[in-house]
Amino acid sequence: MIEIKKPAMAGTLESSDCQVTVEEGEGTIEFSLDSTVINQYGNQIRKVAYDTLKNLDVKNVKLAIVDKGALDCTIRARIEAAVYRSAEQTENLPWGGAIRS
Amino acid sequence: MINAVGRDIPEEILEKTGKEVFQGVHHFDGYTYRKHGPLTQAVINSDGSKLVAGIHDVLVKCGIKDGMTVSFHHHFREGDYVVNMVMEEIHKMGIRDITICASSLGKAHDPIVPYIEDGTISNIYSSGVRGKIGEAISHGKLKGLAVMQSHGGRVRSLVTGERQIDIAFIGAPTCDDYGNCRGIGGNSNCGVLSYAIADSLHADKVVAITDCLVPFPNFPAHISMTRVDYVVEVDAIGDPKKIATGAAKPTTDQRKLMMADYCTEFVVNSPYFKDGFSYQTGVGGASIASTISLAKEMKERNVHMRFGVGGLTKPMCDLLINNQVDCLLDTQDFDLDAVESVKDLRHFRISAGQYADPFNKGAVVNKLDFVILAALEVDEKFNCNVVVGSDGVITGAQGGHPDTAAGAKCAIVITPLLQGRIPAICTEVTTVTTPGESVDVVITDYGIAINPKRTDLIEAMKDVDLPFKTIEELREIAQSITGEPERVKFEDRVVGVIESRDGTIMDVVRQIKPFEFSEE
Repeated sequence: MIEIKKPAMAGTLESSDCQVTVEEGEGTIEFSLDSTVINQYGNQIRKVAYDTLKNLDVKNVKLAIVDKGALDCTIRARIEAAVYRSAEQTENLPWGGAIRS
Repeated sequence: MINAVGRDIPEEILEKTGKEVFQGVHHFDGYTYRKHGPLTQAVINSDGSKLVAGIHDVLVKCGIKDGMTVSFHHHFREGDYVVNMVMEEIHKMGIRDITICASSLGKAHDPIVPYIEDGTISNIYSSGVRGKIGEAISHGKLKGLAVMQSHGGRVRSLVTGERQIDIAFIGAPTCDDYGNCRGIGGNSNCGVLSYAIADSLHADKVVAITDCLVPFPNFPAHISMTRVDYVVEVDAIGDPKKIATGAAKPTTDQRKLMMADYCTEFVVNSPYFKDGFSYQTGVGGASIASTISLAKEMKERNVHMRFGVGGLTKPMCDLLINNQVDCLLDTQDFDLDAVESVKDLRHFRISAGQYADPFNKGAVVNKLDFVILAALEVDEKFNCNVVVGSDGVITGAQGGHPDTAAGAKCAIVITPLLQGRIPAICTEVTTVTTPGESVDVVITDYGIAINPKRTDLIEAMKDVDLPFKTIEELREIAQSITGEPERVKFEDRVVGVIESRDGTIMDVVRQIKPFEFSEE
C-alpha cells in the first residue's frame, strides 16, 4: 500500500490536461472533481480515478482533480505522478505493474 | 410532435408559440402572404430636428410600457454599448416584462443578466447568446422563452408580422439630426447596418442612437430619415477596439491548415468550381485559411469568382483588391480591412433580408455555390448544432448557418474531430440548428464525409486523393479516443426554442440539470 505522506500535485490547467492534487486522507478515499466536461464524462473520470488508485493500492487519500477535458490516459498519468511524488518515490517506478501502460 | 429532423417538440410549446413543427427545408416554397407594415406617425411640420435629449426622454416619447418589444442590431459585436445603455434606463424606469428582439447578443451584454433575473426582461429573440446570458437562460432564469432565430429567419418574422417591434434602437456610427444613418464614419465605424434595415422597416418607433452627429444630409443614407422617429446623441455607442479589430493573423495551427487544404482540394474538384462561381465563408481560423488557399488555387487555375458574400474579413476583401472576384455582397464586417473595403464601388452593402430572408422573392443565399461553415457538433444524419454547447448550455448563435446551408449548392462544414475531449462528430447533436438535408460535406482533421444523399458529389470525388470516410467512421474514431460521452441531463422545463428559418420549430432547449455522480 502506498502511504500519502505529503501533499503533491501533477498536471496543469491547460486545455486537454488536468491538475491532480493528493493529500493525506482521513482513512478513506475522498474524491472531488471540477471538470469542463463533467456533464458528459464526470462518472467516467471518477471511475478512472478510483481504478488508478486501486492499481496503485492507495486507500487513504484526498484526491482533487481540476479537469480541462483530459483524456483517460492523461488523467491516469497525472494521478500516478501525484501519488508517487507524494510518496517521494522518483526512481524504480513500477512501469507495467502498478503503473499500467 | 416529432418533426422532420426527428425531434419531439412538446405540445405545450406549440400551443404557447402558435408554431408548427419543422417539416423540411423547402416546405414553404411558394408560400403567399401579405407583408406587415409598421404604425407610422407623420412628420409634416418643419421644425427641422428629431433630436431628443437622452435615452430616458426618448423612451418616454415612444411610450415605453410593460410588455413591450424593443430591438437592437449587433454590428458593434463585442464592443456594443447600446443594448446595456437602453436596458439600464428601462430598468431604472421600473418597466417589466420586456421582450428583447436582437439580431444577436454576446458577452458584451452580460450586464443585462440582473434584468433577466428581476423580470425586467422576460423573453429574448436573438440569433444566439453567449456568456452569462446563455448561462442564465439555461439555468431557467428567464421567465419566458429564448427564441433563437437565423439572420434570415429574424427578418422573415418581422416582415410577416409574426414578431412585432414596438421600439427599435439603431446604433448609428454617423447620423444627422433628421435620422439619416450610416454604418460608415465616426468612432464606432462598423461599415454596414444590414441587420438593422428590417427593424427600420417594420418597427412602430425607430430611434437612432449615435455618438457622431453630422450635418444634414448624411448621404447616401444606409437607413433613411423617412423611417426614423427620433435621434439621440450619446457619448459613445461602442468600443471601437472591439467593433472591428485588425485582421486576424492567418492561423499557424497545423490542424486547421490541414482542414483548410482538404476544403480547398474538395472545392476545386467539385463540379461548381468554375469561372463565375460564388462563395461565402465564416470567420473561424480554418475558414479564413481556406479562403487564402482557395485564392492561390484560383490564380493557378485561372478561375474567377463572380461574387463573394459575408460576414467579410480581410482574405475575402483581398480577392476584390486582386481582381479575383467581381464584387462582394456585405452584411457584416469583422475586421478593419472589411470596414475599409466598403468604400470600394464593387463592395455592395446588402440587408439581412436581401441576404437570407426565406420569405422574400428570392435571397442572395439561394445563388450561392459554396458556403464554408463551422459547427459545435455534427451528427450521423449531418444535423448541425451551432447554438448549444455539448454541456447543454446555450453558447452560440445560428447566424446565417441554416440560411446559407439551405441556399448553397454545396454546404461544407469544417470542424476538428475533437474539441478538447468533446467529439464534434456524434450520434445525435445536443440540439439541431441546421438540418442534415442542407449539409453536404463535413471536413475534419481525421477525414471527410460526404452526405450519402449527395451521390453526385460522391461520384465527382471518386478519383480525388482525399481521406474520405463515412460519417459513422468519423464518429467511431472520435469515440475511440474520447470514450463515449454520457447524455447531458436536462430538467423538463423548456427554456429555449430553436426556430427554423421558415418560422417552424426545429428543436427546443431545456433547463440544465446540475450534475450529480451516479450511484456507485
